[in-house]
Amino acid sequence: MKSVITIAKRELTGYFASPVAFVFIVIFLMLSGFFSFMVSGFFERGQASLESFFAWHPWLYLFLVPAVGMRMWSEERRLGTLELLLTMPVTPWQAILGKFIAAWAVVALALGLTFPMWLTVNYLGNPDHGVILAGYLGSFLMGGAYLAITAMTSAMTRNQVVAFIVSVVLSLFLILAGYPPVTNMLVHWASPSLVDGIAAFSVMTHFESIQKGVLDSRDILYFLSVIVFSLFTTGVIVRTHRAG
Amino acid sequence: MIQVRNLKKTFGPKVAVSGVSFKVEKGEVLGFLGPNGAGKSTTMRMITGFIPPTDGEAIIGGFNIVEHPIEAKRLMGYLPENAPSYADMTVLGFLSFTAELRGLSGAAQKKAVERVVEMCFLENVLHQSVETLSKGYRHRTCFAQSIIHDPEVLILDEPTDGLDPNQKHEVRTLIRKMGETKAIIFSTHILEEVEAVCSRAIIIDRGSIVANGTPAELKRRSAQAGAITLRLGSGSAKAVAAKLDALSGVEHTMILSETPLAVRAFPRKQTASDDLARAISEIAMKEQWSILELHTEEGRLDEVFRTITLPDTKVSGKETK
Repeated sequence: MKSVITIAKRELTGYFASPVAFVFIVIFLMLSGFFSFMVSGFFERGQASLESFFAWHPWLYLFLVPAVGMRMWSEERRLGTLELLLTMPVTPWQAILGKFIAAWAVVALALGLTFPMWLTVNYLGNPDHGVILAGYLGSFLMGGAYLAITAMTSAMTRNQVVAFIVSVVLSLFLILAGYPPVTNMLVHWASPSLVDGIAAFSVMTHFESIQKGVLDSRDILYFLSVIVFSLFTTGVIVRTHRAG
Repeated sequence: MIQVRNLKKTFGPKVAVSGVSFKVEKGEVLGFLGPNGAGKSTTMRMITGFIPPTDGEAIIGGFNIVEHPIEAKRLMGYLPENAPSYADMTVLGFLSFTAELRGLSGAAQKKAVERVVEMCFLENVLHQSVETLSKGYRHRTCFAQSIIHDPEVLILDEPTDGLDPNQKHEVRTLIRKMGETKAIIFSTHILEEVEAVCSRAIIIDRGSIVANGTPAELKRRSAQAGAITLRLGSGSAKAVAAKLDALSGVEHTMILSETPLAVRAFPRKQTASDDLARAISEIAMKEQWSILELHTEEGRLDEVFRTITLPDTKVSGKETK
């Protein structure tokens, strides 16, 4: 556990030494504000809820989270520091966890800095705090899921751009599988149970139900299993593909 | 301390290392020689646990690197080829990080960092980020990392690569000093380094060990070894060579240069070179040659290296990476 913290600390200093973390946080805050106020009409809705704010998160994360996570392993590979790290007395799991936790903390920090949104709806009316908290939890878990996928693709290559594009495509698939325009199209030539089955793989389906304030253990389990599966695969890749 | 048994590594159909075995005890400095792509780095990567061997085992201080990687890695310091380090960290940050991963904290960590900073002359760049450093400093930063926990086993992949002559000398002195109490393996292309630092050397070529011995032993395998070189102040080289050829112990002679006169005499197989030297000095006295130099060739490592490894490099031709 101590090594996990040591590695996470180093990663965090890395994020803040390079402008990655700042750029991510600033752009995330700007875009989330822009979309919820300008595009979704936060005020015009006349509701004291953050629904219009959270609705954009799957799409914002789609590009921003891979940008944070793409350097996670590919940079180690490119610099050759992977050899250094894996010949230290640490297990690959400790390294994977440490790196993942640090990147997730950056996402969490960006998410935490959106608290003025919460203050705003409080000022304007009487929001349901439980729903908002659930929304934050869902967004946090979704960010973790995207990040774990990025960790996996980052471990495959020494090229950050490749890692970025592949993780965007994988994450896009997870969004589209449950995106209403896509599922409505599928309904015409696939059985409803198949469409539901595909939709069950989507972050949209699970994120939307959490966002409504329904904390179903299945939704939480979904995000956790995406994280665990992706990190497990990362471990397999890192261990079998070390020399590359 | 280090025991390597029949270590093998194949990448697909390509055999990188085919059955390497050796031992290194404490107080030994083992030089690892070989042409590029001979399998030096691959062998070191298997010993340090970075890549798993296809077959065979490496045991560090009683711990098998595959079965007990953490315990084995704890005993080991490693300087990988090209000395990688985190570009975005300062030297101090990087060294503190590696010390922390090695389980050092608080005052012990501070002391360890101070010790290696002094040993590797890093005081001036302590707060500079690694990416702004020159190659020599970067190299020494990574070297400092490998000795931060004062390990019993040290694996160095080309530790003097990219250093200037003064820095090379410092690093060699450091390795030799540490070699008194540690088991050290280091790889190099520079043959003089082997003579200066190693207590034993292994030459590896195309994945297998082709020579293993002390630098002196290896040098004795050279064709020059045991030959007597004679330099005279005056006289005719041909006449001197003819006189030497007439000696019973001489296999053949070679005129190195006419003026200044230098002749080399090679002994017969059964003749000891000291006996030959004695015979030559006797004849020189009789002939009243004015001797400027008379010495026995020790043999040259680069010559041995070339005769052992040249045929193979000709076959493979290019470096494989």
